[in-house]
Amino acid sequence: MFAEFLQYLFSGLTSGAIYALAGLGFAIIYNSSHVINFAQGEFIMIGGMATATMVAAGLPLPLAAVLAVVATMAVGVALEKFAVEPARGADVTAIVIITIGASIFLRGAAQVLWDKEFHALPAFSGDTPLRLAGATLMPQSLWVVGAAVVVIALLWWFFNRTLFGKAMLATSHNRLAAQLMGIPVRSVLVVAFALSAMLGAVGGIVVTPITFTNYEAGIMLGLKGFSAAVLGGLGSGAGAIVGGLLVGVAEALASGYLSSAYKDAIAFVIILFVLFFMPSGLFGKKGTDRV
Amino acid sequence: MWKSPRTGGLAVLVALVTLAPLGFPNAYFYDVAVNALFNATLCVGLNLLVGYGGQISLGHAGFFALGAYGSALLTGRYGLPPLAALLLSAGVVGALAFVVGRPILKLKGHYLAMATLGIGIIIHIVLKTESAVTGGPDGLGVDAFSVAGLTVSGDQAWYWLAAVLVVIAVWLSLNLVDSPVGRALRAVHGSEVGAEVVGVDTTGYKVLVFVVSAVFASVVGSLFAHKNGFITPDIGSFFRSIEVVTMVVLGGMASTFGAVVGAVLLTLLPQFLASFEDYEAMVLGGIMMGTMIFMPKGLLPSLRLLLAKRRRTP
Amino acid sequence: MKGLVWMGAAGVAVLGCVVFSGGVQAAETVKIGSFLSVTGPASFLGEPEKKTLERYVERLNTDGGIGGRKVELVVYDDGGAPDKAATFAKRLIQNDGVDILVGGTTTGTSMAAIKVVELAGVPFISLAGGIDIVEPVKKWVFKTPHTDRMAAEKVFADMKTRGISKIALVSEDSGFGKSGHDQSLKVAANHGIEIVADEVYSPKDPDVTAQLTKARNAPGVQAVFNFGFGQGPAIVTKNYKQLGIALPLYQSHGVASKEFIRLAGAAADGVRLPAAGLVVAGQLPATDPQKPVVTAFKADYEAAFKTEVSTFAGHAYDGLQLAAAAISRAGGTDKARVRDELEKTSGYVGTGGMVTMSATDHMGLSPAAFHMVEIRNGDWVLSD
Repeated sequence: MFAEFLQYLFSGLTSGAIYALAGLGFAIIYNSSHVINFAQGEFIMIGGMATATMVAAGLPLPLAAVLAVVATMAVGVALEKFAVEPARGADVTAIVIITIGASIFLRGAAQVLWDKEFHALPAFSGDTPLRLAGATLMPQSLWVVGAAVVVIALLWWFFNRTLFGKAMLATSHNRLAAQLMGIPVRSVLVVAFALSAMLGAVGGIVVTPITFTNYEAGIMLGLKGFSAAVLGGLGSGAGAIVGGLLVGVAEALASGYLSSAYKDAIAFVIILFVLFFMPSGLFGKKGTDRV
Repeated sequence: MWKSPRTGGLAVLVALVTLAPLGFPNAYFYDVAVNALFNATLCVGLNLLVGYGGQISLGHAGFFALGAYGSALLTGRYGLPPLAALLLSAGVVGALAFVVGRPILKLKGHYLAMATLGIGIIIHIVLKTESAVTGGPDGLGVDAFSVAGLTVSGDQAWYWLAAVLVVIAVWLSLNLVDSPVGRALRAVHGSEVGAEVVGVDTTGYKVLVFVVSAVFASVVGSLFAHKNGFITPDIGSFFRSIEVVTMVVLGGMASTFGAVVGAVLLTLLPQFLASFEDYEAMVLGGIMMGTMIFMPKGLLPSLRLLLAKRRRTP
Repeated sequence: MKGLVWMGAAGVAVLGCVVFSGGVQAAETVKIGSFLSVTGPASFLGEPEKKTLERYVERLNTDGGIGGRKVELVVYDDGGAPDKAATFAKRLIQNDGVDILVGGTTTGTSMAAIKVVELAGVPFISLAGGIDIVEPVKKWVFKTPHTDRMAAEKVFADMKTRGISKIALVSEDSGFGKSGHDQSLKVAANHGIEIVADEVYSPKDPDVTAQLTKARNAPGVQAVFNFGFGQGPAIVTKNYKQLGIALPLYQSHGVASKEFIRLAGAAADGVRLPAAGLVVAGQLPATDPQKPVVTAFKADYEAAFKTEVSTFAGHAYDGLQLAAAAISRAGGTDKARVRDELEKTSGYVGTGGMVTMSATDHMGLSPAAFHMVEIRNGDWVLSD
């Protein structure tokens, strides 16, 4: 009985860590711009696809990974420069449509640049499962969890200990005041996109050995990441992690104990209920409206 | 110059839908046009919520699908006349929207987007899973639409039905927007707290338009099912929900005719882009981005602004 | 007011522009229309189908066309959306004036198009698996691939010979997996198979160990049968290995492509599945009538596209050959005569098997068309 439960939990943590990584990207951009970037899933896809194709072409994994991260960051910066920045001041809904357009564009570009097939990466530390009290976990899942932990630690350091990070936080609280204090609010947004692209690419790389990747892989990851970020409370990094893990574990427990056909629906019902009682998510700031 | 959009705009719309078939050489054009007008009707309804009420919904394809499946099952399995099935489905969808509307419309912005997205996805999953009733992902056949013994058959008949439908929808929307409800809604959009302070029951009005837009979606869904004769759960997928919101925003939020223009354009666009083959997605994404970057208020309002400017500087 | 009129004029202009190059062309070329899911979730079926149609239409033309007439192919991408497929079917028939349709990657898109082709009276050869496409028989509709029911029956028969009677069914909630699931439930009892666990996953789930754990723990379970395609079955197979489940694992014909072995890696060893002869072309006995056809097609496809041939490419190849043969026998593109000739197809040896159609059978494949295949050391091994 316990072994069963533990296996469900491991299954949920594996998926949950993936959702959490995806959710973190939403949180960063939201934090500095109040924009939801619906192309976040595509960053993950690009990171995974670029690495997988370069490894297949014979490059060593670490080099391929670094190149893929750099390439994805370039895409992120380009997205900010050419699509989000020119629409500055537009309605939030307009920017949402722009990022949705960008996600369609990037998927289309990936399918032309690469192909429509699935790509795999070998697991970083082998395929021998770890055993614990009758349940099993793949070492790659630990890589995903580890990546999420390292990323959140780095982000915490960046936002709380570096000048630029603090400037970004200040911008998210009050853009005008930050600008008056001499903070270059424009580059803040560029950095936010670069950061979340980097995060997406890293996520894509550690996740690909588990889930494989293809040009459409970003859709599901974007959707789950968005759910994780909203459940945790938009703009909260810790919230995105908790939100992602909750969604993953809820799905796994639902398929274990209730119905695997309805596991996704059950996860969404849980999110709805949480929002009914906590309209700003688990860790979101209470909204105050200026009149 | 926009003093009487109710009569003027409506007249142009009537003229357009009446004259358009002159340029249709074959049934395929009618088919695309019917889809465009159906989408337009759906978007006019959604625009009340998104454009005027300022509330985003990423789940409207769910209501559309419920209308479609409601009609398909009530006529096919229980032998109800199509019109009765359509009305009954719309009633049920309206009631559902009312029940879920209260709690979720208290949410704001992206939280509301998440909640509506969740509801849409739950509906999609149920339609996919309960294959004994819905036929599952492989779909369900639907009988023809007939009223009082007269069957709507052929693309031309459907075109005229869709044309009448869109005109009625626009007329209803224009009236609603001009009514006290519309003014209250605009107040909600402007500043919800402000509206609440002066005594507007903001949630009540939001729920009202949510229900109205859901009923629009359901009615269009019912007719779509009868016209296509075959439906699958994917008509309720979240891609569809995003597509219809894109139509509204691209055409111009808070503009009834903008919603019509956006719906028509985005229905026709894939037909044009089919020849781009592998580049289709890139072109579509590029057009979406370009439109919103250069015309952040949407096509119709931006064109109007441009026109007004040109008139002022002759 | 003027502004609105101006806008209206622009709208009419846009609508007017919808005049495509089309129009019914002179009867000199044979026009073959196709709508395929080249993008979307079924893109790795639709993509090889499109490449195959294009290559072999070109081949037909270099060989002198059909009955001396050049062949023209029109392909649209429906993205896997049934309502788009219906519109494209209408466009092909009404606007492009095609003589025959060969396409419909998924069961959903094919079913949506059936309403259109039946009304218009144009022969349609579907490339999708669902049994509903040809059962009940529709006048104008034919199909080339085996049905999901045949796949399930083949697997159940194999289980029976190996003494298995209680199984867990793990299926995908998409069209292919869901319809395979429903057909499996329907025919299991006929083969003395009892389904003791019935678990479902989504095609893009990162991990399905929860479902597999539940399947393994079902009382008396002797084997697991997974119905799905794409990356899902590869994840199932890897998770199966991770959990160390010792029961035999069966997959459906949806994974009969080398891509599955590549994705699942060593975990794929020992997986059994039903597959068309094309997959094991080299291992077929020399007496097998299919052997020359499948080896030639496989060699040609792989030389042209530098990727492993898949059965989906074979479905498109068969569809095109059936169409060409029927038009040739009918002595022209008269739709009713082509339809009649399609129905009279007899003894055509294709990549999917021997096809003999009749008024009551618009697919024409017998269960013998499927071979039981086991994966060993990263390759297919014929096992019946």
